[in-house]
Amino acid sequence: MQSRTFILAVLAVAAACFAAAQLVSNDYLFFAGYTVLQFIVLATAWNILGGYCGYVNFGSAAFFALGAYSTVFFHKTFQMPIPLLILVGGLVSGIVGLGMGYLTLRLRGSFFAIATLALAVVLQTLIVNWDYVGGSRGAYIIRPNTISIVGREVPYIEYLFFLMLALAVVAIITARTVERSRLGFGFATIRDDELAAEASGVPTLRLKLIATTLSGALMGMAGAPFPYYIGFLQPQSAFALDYAVNSIAMPMIGGTGSWIGPLVGAILLGTIQQVATVTISSAVNVLIVGVLLVAFVIIAPNGLVGLVQDLMRKKSR
Amino acid sequence: MDFPFELLINAVIAGVLLGGFYIAVTVGISIAFGMLDIVNIAHPAFIILGSYLAYILNSRLGIDPVLVGLLMLPVFYALGAAVYQVYYLSFEKRGQEALRGLAFFFGILFITEVALILVFGVDYRYVEASYIGPAAHFAFIDLPYRMLIPCVLALAMFAALQLYLGRTFVGRAIMAVAQDQGALSLMAANPIRIKRIAFGISIATAAMAGAFLIIIQPVEPSVGREYIGRVFAICVLGGLGSLPGTVIGAMLLGIVESITATFYGPSWAPAVAFGFLLLTLAFRPAGILGR
Amino acid sequence: MTASLLQIDQVGKRFGGFVALDGINLNVAPGERLGLIGPNGSGKSTLVNCICGTLQNETGSVTFDGRKLDGLAAHQRTILGLSRSFQLPRPFHSMSVADNLRIPLLYAVKARSGSHLAADELNKHCVEYLRLVGLDHKASRRPRDLTQVEMRKLELARAMAAEPKLLIADEAMAGLSHSEIEDILKLLMELNARGITIIMIEHIMSAVMSFSQRLVVLVSGRKIADGDPAEVVRNPEVEKAYLG
Repeated sequence: MQSRTFILAVLAVAAACFAAAQLVSNDYLFFAGYTVLQFIVLATAWNILGGYCGYVNFGSAAFFALGAYSTVFFHKTFQMPIPLLILVGGLVSGIVGLGMGYLTLRLRGSFFAIATLALAVVLQTLIVNWDYVGGSRGAYIIRPNTISIVGREVPYIEYLFFLMLALAVVAIITARTVERSRLGFGFATIRDDELAAEASGVPTLRLKLIATTLSGALMGMAGAPFPYYIGFLQPQSAFALDYAVNSIAMPMIGGTGSWIGPLVGAILLGTIQQVATVTISSAVNVLIVGVLLVAFVIIAPNGLVGLVQDLMRKKSR
Repeated sequence: MDFPFELLINAVIAGVLLGGFYIAVTVGISIAFGMLDIVNIAHPAFIILGSYLAYILNSRLGIDPVLVGLLMLPVFYALGAAVYQVYYLSFEKRGQEALRGLAFFFGILFITEVALILVFGVDYRYVEASYIGPAAHFAFIDLPYRMLIPCVLALAMFAALQLYLGRTFVGRAIMAVAQDQGALSLMAANPIRIKRIAFGISIATAAMAGAFLIIIQPVEPSVGREYIGRVFAICVLGGLGSLPGTVIGAMLLGIVESITATFYGPSWAPAVAFGFLLLTLAFRPAGILGR
Repeated sequence: MTASLLQIDQVGKRFGGFVALDGINLNVAPGERLGLIGPNGSGKSTLVNCICGTLQNETGSVTFDGRKLDGLAAHQRTILGLSRSFQLPRPFHSMSVADNLRIPLLYAVKARSGSHLAADELNKHCVEYLRLVGLDHKASRRPRDLTQVEMRKLELARAMAAEPKLLIADEAMAGLSHSEIEDILKLLMELNARGITIIMIEHIMSAVMSFSQRLVVLVSGRKIADGDPAEVVRNPEVEKAYLG
């Protein structure tokens, strides 16, 4: 499928989603939908570094929280419209991703993974001790009830939903474009055999830095509107382990080979979790994710997409 | 203003005692990651599991936590061997350990924490023993027994492991497999079996470390997460694959954390370990005694 | 005297207390066919790794085409025209055989020439290299579908696709049958005829002797012989190293 066709298709699907949500016009749907869309962005972002390059990032929460807290910071200093905050969040997270990558990507993948864990804790400790953004007590962001767009009064949550939808579209298009480009090829060689990649002329460090920066920036962008969504931001919620587990579980369960996997994983797992939280409890829903992750990683390493591909291959024989 | 020497000295001594405990916590990872190249980030989960077992047996049957640790050694050894078997068959054999092996351990870490929350809730749990509470006093120096005993026992456990690795056939095979798996198979020893034994030992140490942990401080399920960074920081700082390096790293971290907590407040302590880790990885990844 | 293409000056490398390379000096002239032999553990692979940048030598320097390589990453050396095949083939498993060859074309060759190769140009080059090694009928297969011999050929083809000035073939013939060895030899000779300098590391003496214009022997990290192949094999020290 040509890139232009794909972009049009994605935009069409997104528009349909938005229209459908408008028709139902149930506030809960917007809230839940926002969460799922957020996961689509996080999972897709994680997969750029994890699935394409083979470098595991355990600190997705750190990049997400950086986006959220840069919003809080600017909300207190200098009011900005959310789309701008999203760009700022992306910039901040991207730079931190670049810096951290520069420090640790010259080492083995396992060291990088551990370093990402470390980063999350260091960042959380810094934020907890920084009173200007609320510290451990948290920060309030008053969410207005509506926002006026082209003369119409739109409920704020719809506005946030729309922004996250747009972000999800950007993330998916970016992932697919990267996948099919020379860059994506380079990423794949890093994942397959980094030594051979270097010997073939691939500048592995540079590519890994690009992946880390891109991945971090997207996660930061996903985090930027979060304070408005949740109203009260505490380090525990911003740095919650859920984000780390979900951004790993969703691509791994969906399939890490392409942009489709994280999308499938995010929609499936996101929906399951919403249902479980409402029907059982939020602790159990997170347990389900963990168990599914371990099960899939052992039994179906190529994820759901991989299973479908295997099925289709068997049928064609 | 005169410099608070007494405070400093007590902080350093507390740091040394803490460091001893950190040795017990880290030696398992030293073996798993340093020697077997298995990035078991779920190690703290096993430690917390050990803590909760000590809690159950101590509160229900009044058994001393150290005794629980000893009793649990064979159980945890078997658990470790089983986990390695799954890890080997699912990942090492297929060459997938980089991505999927890590995700596997992460999943285990997560499942353990959430399961503990569901069963025990988020309240802090503690054990009771005669030595928790009283302390020895020498002039202005305080030596709480609840810190002293785990420290001494941890050093003993470390010494026992060093002897085992240096003097027995299996122990030396473990050291050999760290260097060269191929050479080991020429020695007519099955490398997979050796690794399984080593990983079993690694998890067994978690049983003792868990008992020590709950003696030193009350635990709740998310405490394990603080230790992930500490454990790897110590390993990397001391030098991967070097058990003596672990001692140095543990002591260093213990002392710096203790001083930081005393003079800057305990909320900064978690960042110390991770900060160390990031700095070491950035500037001297081989660590102090690394190979 | 023609300037050397590759100049290795007092290169040394240790691993902890173990000295892998002890002051190696070696010059390779452009267009030369050099054979490098030595018992297992003599440092041949370490030397290759230091030349290509997979490892960094601690002492001494490596100069290629007039340019000092010290501190340069492996990919930069490949871009400069240095290429190697790995002793144990390391293909990119997630892509097809043809795509394996596109990588050096997309990265090393593009970086060198600075210009963008059009997609069909790229494919043409890939097919040409595959034909050269006899793998064009397997262009769309995955590396796991290849036989051992085919994997070695792919390994060589990938090294060739980087369009090097100097190619190091690291034990490319190990475990192959007589006719397969002949195939690889013919291939390497043809590459040399096109102007590519070749360093062949091998244990198969018949292949080394028929291929090399000059023979270098490495033992325990030191060079003990360097010269005409027929004379080198008669050298008593060399005999001792292999038979003693």
